[in-house]
Amino acid sequence: MKKLLCILLAVMMLAALAACGDSGSANPSSAPAGEPSAAPAGEASAAPEAPAAAAFKIGGTGPLTGGAAIYGQAARNGAQIAVEEINALGDVQFELNYQDDEHDAEKAVNAYNTLKDWGMQISLGSVTSTPGVATSVENDADRIFAITPSASAVAVTEGKNNVFQMCFADPNQGSASAQYISDQQLGTKIAVIYKNDDVYSTGIYDTFRIKAAELGLDIVSSTTFTEDSQQDFSVQLADAKNNGADLIFLPMYYTPASLIFQQAKSMDYVTKYFGVDGMDGILTLEGFNKELAEGVILLTPFNADSTDERTVSFVEKYKSVYGEVPNQFAADGYDCIYAIYQAIKSGGATSDLSASDINDILVAQFTSMSFDGITGDDMTWSANGQVTKGPKGTVIENGSYVGLD
Amino acid sequence: MSFLSHLISGISLGSIYAIIALGYTMVYGIAKMLNFAHGDVIMVGAYACFFIASRYELPVVLGVLVAMLVCTLLGVIIERLAYKPLRSASSLAVLITAIGMSYFLQNAAQLMWTSNPKVFRSVVGDKSLKLFGGQLSISAIAIVTVATCIVIMLGLTWFTGRTKMGKAMRACSEDKGAAQLMGINVNATISMTFAIGSALAAIAGVLLCSMYPTLMPTTGSMPGIKAFTAAVFGGIGSIPGAMLGGILLGIIEIFGKAYVSTQLSDAIVFVVLIVILLVKPAGLLGKQVQEKV
Repeated sequence: MKKLLCILLAVMMLAALAACGDSGSANPSSAPAGEPSAAPAGEASAAPEAPAAAAFKIGGTGPLTGGAAIYGQAARNGAQIAVEEINALGDVQFELNYQDDEHDAEKAVNAYNTLKDWGMQISLGSVTSTPGVATSVENDADRIFAITPSASAVAVTEGKNNVFQMCFADPNQGSASAQYISDQQLGTKIAVIYKNDDVYSTGIYDTFRIKAAELGLDIVSSTTFTEDSQQDFSVQLADAKNNGADLIFLPMYYTPASLIFQQAKSMDYVTKYFGVDGMDGILTLEGFNKELAEGVILLTPFNADSTDERTVSFVEKYKSVYGEVPNQFAADGYDCIYAIYQAIKSGGATSDLSASDINDILVAQFTSMSFDGITGDDMTWSANGQVTKGPKGTVIENGSYVGLD
Repeated sequence: MSFLSHLISGISLGSIYAIIALGYTMVYGIAKMLNFAHGDVIMVGAYACFFIASRYELPVVLGVLVAMLVCTLLGVIIERLAYKPLRSASSLAVLITAIGMSYFLQNAAQLMWTSNPKVFRSVVGDKSLKLFGGQLSISAIAIVTVATCIVIMLGLTWFTGRTKMGKAMRACSEDKGAAQLMGINVNATISMTFAIGSALAAIAGVLLCSMYPTLMPTTGSMPGIKAFTAAVFGGIGSIPGAMLGGILLGIIEIFGKAYVSTQLSDAIVFVVLIVILLVKPAGLLGKQVQEKV
């Protein structure tokens, strides 16, 4: 019996490990998908006037199927709209080819190689961070310029001089959040609940903490959860409540956040919530009671309700083609193509140049130019590839996102 | 007051572990196998109830009944297809099959229902009971969960102790060969065990998702593992042990978070488990069985 229990214990720990690994990475990769090689015909022909020799070949990988498909499809659709608009202008022609990586690093490299065989000259990197880290290494080694719409981890750009980000790098979101809370005087006693086994969440928290200390914001409660314990938040919420927090900062994705809102309500705890771009999407959660998220403020670079002329036109087009309101990822994809377009024109690149020549021109342009897009004005890029732009505050009102500024 | 409210969260979380642990412990007690797919049967039950009660807005009672029916069928089918052919194989082979079945169910759920999370509507609403002038609030679902857990435990104790089928189960658990010689249909008894265990899984799934309303294909896996821990903790094979183990595990987890560190709560749970097993290798209420060679 004793021996048996030893075996049981060992097996249980193994299973626990397997479960940890599984919940993070296996979800998207196990979803159904065609072989990457099956996709290009359909994708390439999506460009209307498949232009002949004069077109720049732009390739990107992203999760078009599986659990993260919502992000990959949005980024591709946004980029596709920009390509069609630019092709219609006539001076520069683009051909876009998106390959499925199922949010899996290994499949992303395979997809990247498919694109290289196709003759990719400029890359949109990957849509999500884990595959993004893998393909950016290839971009660096092959000297193919890359700008990723939304792979926000620092490791995507770190140590590579030709990989750029359209989205905020994770740490920048933390300091921007603290700055925003302080500027708008949303609260002075802050509670933070973050996921301490997730690089996205801890990355944001670390810089938030440092910036909050600089700005005199008082973090009165700081509690954590993990992939394995993201169900019960009663203790974390009680800690925030007992320490008199007037705002809870939630650097996490929307799934655990939805549980936090629900449990706070059942505790009769009313407070302000502040989220980051991972909160974007909470209103599309099936069955979610939108009243719970009423008043939640989130920092996201894109606001589909903006009255800005370019945003309005983009949202209209997106709705008419894809039948839904574009999210931040779609806007990032759209901006990536326009940023490349601007750099090509100002740097005088032509499509008959090799990928590495285009790479050199684009790197020089990106580190010196300033770009106005729908996800921010006056964007600039540092030599390490990270973007600097002003975040836009958005508040959830009557079940939809409303811009604050 | 915060101590009391933590205690209540701990007991209600623990009651869910206890109901899941009852399923593990029954199957282990009778078939001497660890059904690692149990956690995923919970997830299927929760989906069944979600579709009936949340998406099509039919009565909740119907949702729970359909979930129990679906899970019972699923449990019996899994047993028939995957475990029965291995009845005489080594216990390791059965264990690996069970882990495989667990992954199969998760991935099949992902194919059918996608991995986008769904929000489960609580079967008892979000009312709560206020005590001490509103300082202490106990949610309706916590009360229902604890009550259900006690009813199930008493029911199972009565069932295995007093009914003919229950006696057959205990006989199988002690000695399959001898039970067969006495005219007990061992295969039918084991199928029955799976049916009961899976029906309990459906109830656990509905309660789990009513308390923590996010439903994904992986929803059942971690509670399943924690409940297995609870079953070992209380003494695997023992019905009151599973209940005690589950509730203690829930309380330790919440107190660990509240009074030690939110970062270390899982570590604390497993350290306690290891210490208990060192002191009492058969678990808190487990019987120390002498194995004769």
